[in-house]
Amino acid sequence: MTATAHVEACLSRIAARDGEIAAFLHVDAEGARARASALDAQPDRSAPLHGLTIAVKDNIAVAGQPLTAGSRMLAGYMPPRDATVVARLLAAGAVLVGKTNMDEFGMGSSTELSGFGPTRNPLDVTRVPGGSSGGSAAAVAADMAWAALGTDTGGSIRQPAAFCGLAGLKPTYGRVSRSGVVAYASSLDQVGPLARTVRHVARVYAVIAGRDPLDATSTDEPVSAVTWRADLAGLRIGVAREHLAAAEGLDADVKQRMEAALDALRTRGAVIVPVSLPHTRHAIAAYYLVATAEASANLSRYDGLRYGQRAPNPQTLDALYTHSRADALGKEVQRRILLGTFALSAGFQDAFYQKACRVRRKIADDFTQAWQSCDLLLGPTSPVPPWRLGEKVADPLAMYLMDAFTVGPSLAGLPALAVPVGVDSQRLPIGAQLIGRAFDEATILAVGDVLQRAFDPTLEVA
Amino acid sequence: MSAFEAVIGLEVHAQLLTRTKIFCSCAVTVGGEPNTRTCPVCLGLPGALPVLNAEVVRLAVRAGLGTGCTVQSISVFARKNYFYPDLPKGYQITQAELPVCLDGQIVLDDGKVARIQRIHLEEDAGKSIHGDSGTRVDLNRAGTPLVEIVGHPDLRTPDEAVSYLRELRGILVTLGVCDGNMEEGSLRCDANVSIRPIGQDAFGTRVEIKNMNSFRSVRDAIAHEIGRQADVIQDGQAIRQETRLWNADLARTESMRSKEEAADYRYFPDPDLLPLHIDAAWLALQRADLPELPAARKARYQGELGLDARAANWLCEEPPRADAFDRTIADAPELASAFAPFLMTQVQAQLQRNDRPWPEVDAAMPALLRICRKWRAGQLANKMLADLLQTAFADTAQPLPDALAHAESLAGAVVSDVAALEPVIDAVLAKFPGEVAKYRAGQKQLVGFFVGQAMRQLAGKADAQAIAALLADKLDA
Repeated sequence: MTATAHVEACLSRIAARDGEIAAFLHVDAEGARARASALDAQPDRSAPLHGLTIAVKDNIAVAGQPLTAGSRMLAGYMPPRDATVVARLLAAGAVLVGKTNMDEFGMGSSTELSGFGPTRNPLDVTRVPGGSSGGSAAAVAADMAWAALGTDTGGSIRQPAAFCGLAGLKPTYGRVSRSGVVAYASSLDQVGPLARTVRHVARVYAVIAGRDPLDATSTDEPVSAVTWRADLAGLRIGVAREHLAAAEGLDADVKQRMEAALDALRTRGAVIVPVSLPHTRHAIAAYYLVATAEASANLSRYDGLRYGQRAPNPQTLDALYTHSRADALGKEVQRRILLGTFALSAGFQDAFYQKACRVRRKIADDFTQAWQSCDLLLGPTSPVPPWRLGEKVADPLAMYLMDAFTVGPSLAGLPALAVPVGVDSQRLPIGAQLIGRAFDEATILAVGDVLQRAFDPTLEVA
Repeated sequence: MSAFEAVIGLEVHAQLLTRTKIFCSCAVTVGGEPNTRTCPVCLGLPGALPVLNAEVVRLAVRAGLGTGCTVQSISVFARKNYFYPDLPKGYQITQAELPVCLDGQIVLDDGKVARIQRIHLEEDAGKSIHGDSGTRVDLNRAGTPLVEIVGHPDLRTPDEAVSYLRELRGILVTLGVCDGNMEEGSLRCDANVSIRPIGQDAFGTRVEIKNMNSFRSVRDAIAHEIGRQADVIQDGQAIRQETRLWNADLARTESMRSKEEAADYRYFPDPDLLPLHIDAAWLALQRADLPELPAARKARYQGELGLDARAANWLCEEPPRADAFDRTIADAPELASAFAPFLMTQVQAQLQRNDRPWPEVDAAMPALLRICRKWRAGQLANKMLADLLQTAFADTAQPLPDALAHAESLAGAVVSDVAALEPVIDAVLAKFPGEVAKYRAGQKQLVGFFVGQAMRQLAGKADAQAIAALLADKLDA
C-alpha cells in the first residue's frame, strides 16, 4: 500500500467518525497528503516508519501545527520548533496526521477535562477513552492513525491504551527526550507510543528512544533491540499482592482477566512469583503531591504576558496575572496548582512535598526488592474498565484513585507497558500492565508480545 | 552613635565571562536590539528545557578556589518561584540548599579575615524598562550566568566593606571569572546592615540595601544606613526588617519592601536538571590551573620588588594593570619600586586631567618605563618630566606610545655640566645675600630655595642633584 493510500484511509476515517469521537484538536490533512506523496516519490522505502501515519498528543510540539496541551490558555499558540521526538519520527519516514485531544496539561484520567471538550471511546461512545492521552488512544482505536504518541506522567499512556484495547508503553524515565513536550511534572513525564500491537509500539519506541542533548535528564543508556520470543521458559513474572490479591476496589472482571493472563504466561513457560510492594497504598498520595508541586512551577510561565491568553484591560499587574490564569486555566488545573503550591509552601513543605519525596524513594525501593525474585511484574493497568462519560468527573478523588497501579512505576521511573488481554462481560477492553527493570523495555515488550498474541492468535507479527 | 557598632555582610552577584548563556546557546552580550538574543529556552516557551553550560561550572569553581572555598562534589539546582514580567518561566533557576561552593574567605587590606558562606550558580532575569507608556520587557539578559557570593556578617565598617569588595573583585577579574564592571552591572553588590551596642553579641535587626553600583556608593550607602539606624534607635524606635534602595542622587536609602511583603519562594530541586557532580580529578586540574592571586601578588610586590603597600594594593586593584606592570618590569625589577608610584601618581594624574581611560596606559607601559628610567637617572628633571607627560597625554592625535616618544624627543637634554650651571648659581647667590647668610648661620634647609631659584632660571631643565652639589661646594666651602 502506498503512503498516500494509507493517509487517505486515515483521513476518511477521521472525516467519518471524528465529529463524534473528537480524538483530534487539529488535523493536518494537507500536510499529511503532501508528505505522503513526497514519500511515495522516493525510491528508498527503508526508513523504519516509512509512510506510516502517527497522531501526536497536543502537548508535543510540531512546528507549523498549533500546540495547546488541551488548554484554552494556549489557544492559537504556534510552537517554533519540532519536539525532538517529532523530529525523530519525521526522520524515520512517518506521516503526522494531526494533534490529539487530552486532559488539560495532562491533568486527568478520562480526557473529559480538555479545555476543548471530551473525547469519546471509539469502542463504546458512551464511555471515556481514558486519559490524559485519550485522543491519541481513540485515534488509533478508530483507525485514524497507525500509531500515536502520548505522554505519561502517572498512567496517561497506559490507562487510555487499556481503555481502547491497545498496547501503550511508558518508557523508563530518561529514555525519551522531553524537549518540546509541554511539562506537567518534569520528574515523571515521559513520551511513549500507543498502537494496536506491542510490535508496533516497539517500532515507534525504537525510533524515539535515546539520548538528546536538549534534555539534560535523557540518558545515554544503550537502547537494546527486542528479541521476540515464542515462549517464556526461564522467565520469572512477579505478581504484587497489592496489585491483585489484596488490591482495593478491583473490578471482578479485571481480576478475572489478570488470572487468565497469568495462566497464559504460565502455559508458555513462565514462573509466576508472588511479591509485595508494601508502599503501594501511599503511591497516590505521594504522586499527587510530587506531580502537583512540580506542576505549580511548570505552569507559572502561563502568565498571559509573552504568549497565551491575556485578560483584557487589567488595572494592575496582579490583576493581569490573576484574571488571565483564572479565566484561561480549567478548574482541575487550578486545583492542582493550588495543591502543589501549598505542598511547597514554607512551613508545609517538609510535611507534604518532602515527605512525598521520601515515600517516592520507599516505593522505588519496593521495586528494587521485587527484582530480587522476578524479572518483571504483571498486574492490572486500571482497577476498572472504561467508565461512562460524566460518571466520575464531579469527584476528583474518585478519579485520582483510578491511577492506583500506574503511579507506582511512574514514581520509580520504571518502564511499563499496557497490553490488551481480552474483554470483560460487557465486551469492554481490559489491559494488563507489565512493569520492567529500569531501561529494560526489551523484556516487557517481548513478554507483552507473547501475552497479546495469546489472547489474539490471529494478530499479525509484522 | 559612638555607642554602636555596625555588622555588615555583602551579597555579590558576578556575571560570568562566558560566550553563551547558562542554560542555552544564546550569546551573552551587553545591549543588542531588545529580545533578539533569545531562544525558546530563555524565553520560557512551552516544552523548552535548560541544559547546563559546562563553562559556567568551570568559572564558578575558579571563583570558589580563588576564595578558599570547598568545592562541593554534588550541588543541586533549585527553582525559586515568583511572578514578575522579566522572569519568563515564573521561577528563577538557582541553587538553594546545596550550592557549588561553601566556606571561603577574603583577606582585607589590614589582614582581617572575612568569611564567605557560599557561592552558588544562578540565571539572571531579563530587564523591565518602565516608561510613560507602560512597562516593556527585554529578555536579552535572561539566562545570563551569575554566581552569587554570600559573605558572613563579618564586616564592621564601610571601609571594611569596600576593602572586601575590592579584594573579591580583584580575585574574580584575575581568574577571568567576571569583568568586574560595576557601572554596567556585571558586578553587583547588596549589603545587609545592622547595628548593635558595642559589647553586645546578638545581632540587631538587619536591613538589606540594594542598588549600589560603585565602590563609592557602597561606602556611602552603608555609612548612611548606619547613621539612619542609629538615629532610629536613639529616637526610641525599632529598626524594621526591610529592603532599602540606595539613591545616589539624594545620598540616602529609601524603603523598597518590608519583611511582611517578602515572598515565599517555595524553593525545590529543579527536576529538569540533574545534580551537578564535580569530579575530584577534574577539580585538581582546575586548582593547578589557577594564576597568581591578588594576595600573593601583593606580597610579592612588597617582598621581592620593594613596593610600598599602597602602590602594591593600587596595582592589584585592576589585574590587567598589574599584568602589564609585571610584563614591563620583568627585565628591570630594580626599577619596580620607582615605576609603581610613578604610575600611581604622575601617570594617573595625567589620565584624570585628560579624561583618558586606564587601558591606554597598559599598552604604553614600555615607553613609560623608559621615561621613568631616564627621570630616575637624572636625565629628565622633574619639570621636564611633568611637561613631557602633559604634552604626551594631551596629544590625542596618535597612540599614547607614539605620543610619548614624540614628547620625549622634544624634551631635550637636562643641563648638568658645571660650565652651564655655575654662572646661574653664582647669580642666584649674588641676588640673595641675606639667605646666604642665614644658610651659613645654620639654616641648611635653604638649599632647596637656592636649587629652586636656579632651576627657575634654567626653565626647569637642569639636573637638580648637580645644582645641589655645586651649591654645596660654594656655600659650605
